[in-house]
Amino acid sequence: MLAPDLYSTASRPFVTTHQIKHPETDMSRIYTIKNKLVESRLFLNRIIAAFIVISLLTSGLIVRLVYLQIVGHEHYTTLAKDNSIKIEPLVPTRGIIYDRHGKVLADNTQSFSLELIPEQIKDIDDTLLRLQKLLDISDEKIDQFQKQRKRQKRFASTPLLISMNDEEIAKFAVVRPYFPGVDIQARLVRNYPYTDLASHVVGYVGRINEAEIKSLPIAEYRGSSHVGKIGIENSYETELHGKTGYAEIETNVQGRAINTVNSVPPIPGENLYLTLDIDLQKTAYDALDTFNGAVVAIDIKTGGVLVFASRPGFDPNPFVIGISNDAYQALQSSDNQPLFNRALRGLYPPGSTLKPFIALAGLEYNAISAEHKTFCPGYYQLPNVSHHYRDWKKGGHGSVNMTEAITQSCDVYFYSLALTLGIDRMHDFLQHFGFGEKSDIDLTGEKQGLLPSREWKRNRRNQAWYPGETLITGIGQGFLQVTPIQLARAIATLANKGKVVTPFLVKKSANPDSTAPDMEDPQEDLELKPENINSIVSAMVNVIHAPHGTAKSIGKDINYQIAGKTGTAQVFNIKQDAKYNENDINFKLRDHALFISFAPADDPKIAVAVIVENGGHGGSVAAPIAGKVIKQFLGSNNEN
Amino acid sequence: MKTETRSEQFHPPSVIGNVLRKLHIDIPLFIGLLLISLLSFIILYSAGSQDMDVLMRQAARVGLAFLLMTILAHVDPYQFKRYSALLFGLGLLLLIAVLVLGQFGKGAQRWLDLGVFRFQPSEMIKITTPMMVAWYLAEHALPPKPKQLLIAGILIIIPTLLIAKQPDLGTALLVASSGAGVLFFAGLSWRFMFAIGATLTGLTPILWHFMRTYQRDRVLTFLNPEADPLGRGYHIIQSKIAIGSGGIYGKGWLGSTQSELDFLPESSTDFIFAVFAEEFGLFGCVGLLALYLLIISRCLYIASQAQDTYSRLLAGSLAFTFFVYVFVNIGMVIGVLPVVGVPLPLISYGGTSIVTLLSGFGILMSIHTHKKFLPH
Repeated sequence: MLAPDLYSTASRPFVTTHQIKHPETDMSRIYTIKNKLVESRLFLNRIIAAFIVISLLTSGLIVRLVYLQIVGHEHYTTLAKDNSIKIEPLVPTRGIIYDRHGKVLADNTQSFSLELIPEQIKDIDDTLLRLQKLLDISDEKIDQFQKQRKRQKRFASTPLLISMNDEEIAKFAVVRPYFPGVDIQARLVRNYPYTDLASHVVGYVGRINEAEIKSLPIAEYRGSSHVGKIGIENSYETELHGKTGYAEIETNVQGRAINTVNSVPPIPGENLYLTLDIDLQKTAYDALDTFNGAVVAIDIKTGGVLVFASRPGFDPNPFVIGISNDAYQALQSSDNQPLFNRALRGLYPPGSTLKPFIALAGLEYNAISAEHKTFCPGYYQLPNVSHHYRDWKKGGHGSVNMTEAITQSCDVYFYSLALTLGIDRMHDFLQHFGFGEKSDIDLTGEKQGLLPSREWKRNRRNQAWYPGETLITGIGQGFLQVTPIQLARAIATLANKGKVVTPFLVKKSANPDSTAPDMEDPQEDLELKPENINSIVSAMVNVIHAPHGTAKSIGKDINYQIAGKTGTAQVFNIKQDAKYNENDINFKLRDHALFISFAPADDPKIAVAVIVENGGHGGSVAAPIAGKVIKQFLGSNNEN
Repeated sequence: MKTETRSEQFHPPSVIGNVLRKLHIDIPLFIGLLLISLLSFIILYSAGSQDMDVLMRQAARVGLAFLLMTILAHVDPYQFKRYSALLFGLGLLLLIAVLVLGQFGKGAQRWLDLGVFRFQPSEMIKITTPMMVAWYLAEHALPPKPKQLLIAGILIIIPTLLIAKQPDLGTALLVASSGAGVLFFAGLSWRFMFAIGATLTGLTPILWHFMRTYQRDRVLTFLNPEADPLGRGYHIIQSKIAIGSGGIYGKGWLGSTQSELDFLPESSTDFIFAVFAEEFGLFGCVGLLALYLLIISRCLYIASQAQDTYSRLLAGSLAFTFFVYVFVNIGMVIGVLPVVGVPLPLISYGGTSIVTLLSGFGILMSIHTHKKFLPH
């Protein structure tokens, strides 16, 4: 019990402040003693009062619980089990994805799966054993089922076998009465007929994971098991998914539906028509052959992306039904990185494909005239620096003007031009063409690339900009990094005479006329001088059609002209005076081959950018791939 | 040090007793808290779809909270008193910081991102508000005079409004009741309390005017859940069905068949009591309430044994707030109170409230185990 008087007189650790303020200490002490007595009694009363109030309120809760669990028990049990109304989500059908000619890139196919409802099965281990014997199910699948079962509610239907064949269905149908709680369910499963061909651009759907449960709107995804993970499936998730409806269903004791009281039908997802041409995509993908790389082709008039290929691809279908761990690890750890979307996320130095843009910058800034000649001895030196900046051609190109410099890809000419322009002007000019910026294509996860500048180097590396870095930026090396989609966008903009092209993949949704053109809004015009563009274009035509052109092999047998530029991007640096010998070095350190082009040169329709990893020379490896794409596209267009 | 030697004179020294005294742990309270935490894991396993990951994460939080409780139990209550005002001021500043930062973010913002973890200033305020009010009232003679009541009222209302503005009605309610608890134990006259109650009832229409739409919806839903069975009334109806169908003995552990609970996003957090009641029935519910009542009684006993005004008021308030937690949550789940976001203390999934609650118990243990004078 409390004995307040016992310790009220003793010296206390907490001396209250107003006691000290009192001048007469004796008085205050008396005051305090009295006060402490009163306080203690008061406090004890309050503790008792609190205990009574708390007990009463708790009793109130218990009374309510008695009311719910004893008086209302039957009523609520009826509601819970017997003829109760259940609210079932009605899952919308996912929209279909077509290519520009209406070929199906992703659709939903009927699939039958064997599903178990654990709650309705008495002995689940025995049931699984019998099923395993009957249908010859692998142990791995049983394990997978057990794992999934543990994650789900006991009343949730859990699939054991997905996409059963006819024989399995027939076998089970005969013995079905002996397996209560086991049933065959028809489900729609996403299907990608072109498998690895367009895996990166179309993407895939997969089971909703824990992180996604938190970010997705719960109401919309009641009953949905899958969500778009990458590609168009991901970036157009909202459109493709549709709106979930619901039905109020009256059920009997066994929980079987006996009557639908009321329902709001789901709104199916929109069908999407891509600008992609899957046949052209196949040509590009096949042409890459055994190489890793990317091909992007853009319809210059609209900005619609015709080809968006990244090789190697992967088969997205296993991801839909749940890829096995081993298979996923194999994809993940492969040296060729099949899961990596090179066209969207691959970062490469543009190499010599940058030269037409640097040349155009020289003309636009009046830094140089097209006829001006620079002597190329095979190397370039900065004033008072002994370092030799080499040309790819050991003996040099002799005296060259701009057209010759682009045609033969003379490095020395562009070292000199870069120094004249300076990094600031190069940076500003290249930025207009979208270098170092996301192209804003309608896919998620795009990389930005890197267009270096003085500010960037100061902020990121805390270093000054050196003239040597200006030189190598002029031939597309150094810090500069671009993605294939960026490169395609830049060449399309050049071909479009400076009207900026914005690439996109999805045309109007569910347009009955799938081939109808889809014009984007008028784009920003860079207002380049036509004569400057013409000199660059004619130089780029020479790359393919002149005898000294670096890509002259693809210019045969066509009645129009192609404009292009080859490029070779160094993967590693060669030491001064060392000799680069293809056969000596590891394949993975070989140069990347690049090629950018558009055609026809006089009335550009298609722009193509090709990057072949470790391909060696742009002219011999990358250019033929672009050639095939252009010829097929313009060939079929001419027939129409 | 001196006090400990003296205490040994009164109690025959025993090894276990000494160790426990050194640990500054109150055994009855500790056992009660341990029991309820174990119960929490059992229910969470069922409510959280038998996911071991959920349990492991919760176990980590509970372990951390018990550690913090032990640490706080070692702090002399005099230190709590000394830093009451400072901690309260700090808490207010952080609350304002959250509000200001929230202006730039989207929607409700309740936490500060400290990189390693997210810190909710409103949790800290749950303890520092009663500390502050107790500190202020202990400076003066009790029962408090009108002037002191006014100042104490302001001290309670400021953090309450700041949290209500976040908006977090549940926490605001808990902060307000922790402060009110101090006033109650300080001897606020019954007449005054009834007057306040009457005034608040009169102010309801004005309060209604300032409520957010979703807060109004919750009150309306509480008054008539059947009006919107698919939308806002859904939780209440489903949880009543779950509890009612549990009956006297319940459906047994993992036997929660109320599939509709699947549509209840808070089945392992705020609405976990519904799962418990369905599986363990009326017996389980009464047992759980008894366990809570035992813990609260022990806390009230600790308050009654406290040796100075500050400790008494704080201990009393902490015990009272713990009860408010239990009452508001269960009352909401069984449909006698409107739905406000208050978890079932020590049982609902989620870390922040457990850490705060056990910190409170740490302070109670500190008060009980740091006696300067022992009765004869």
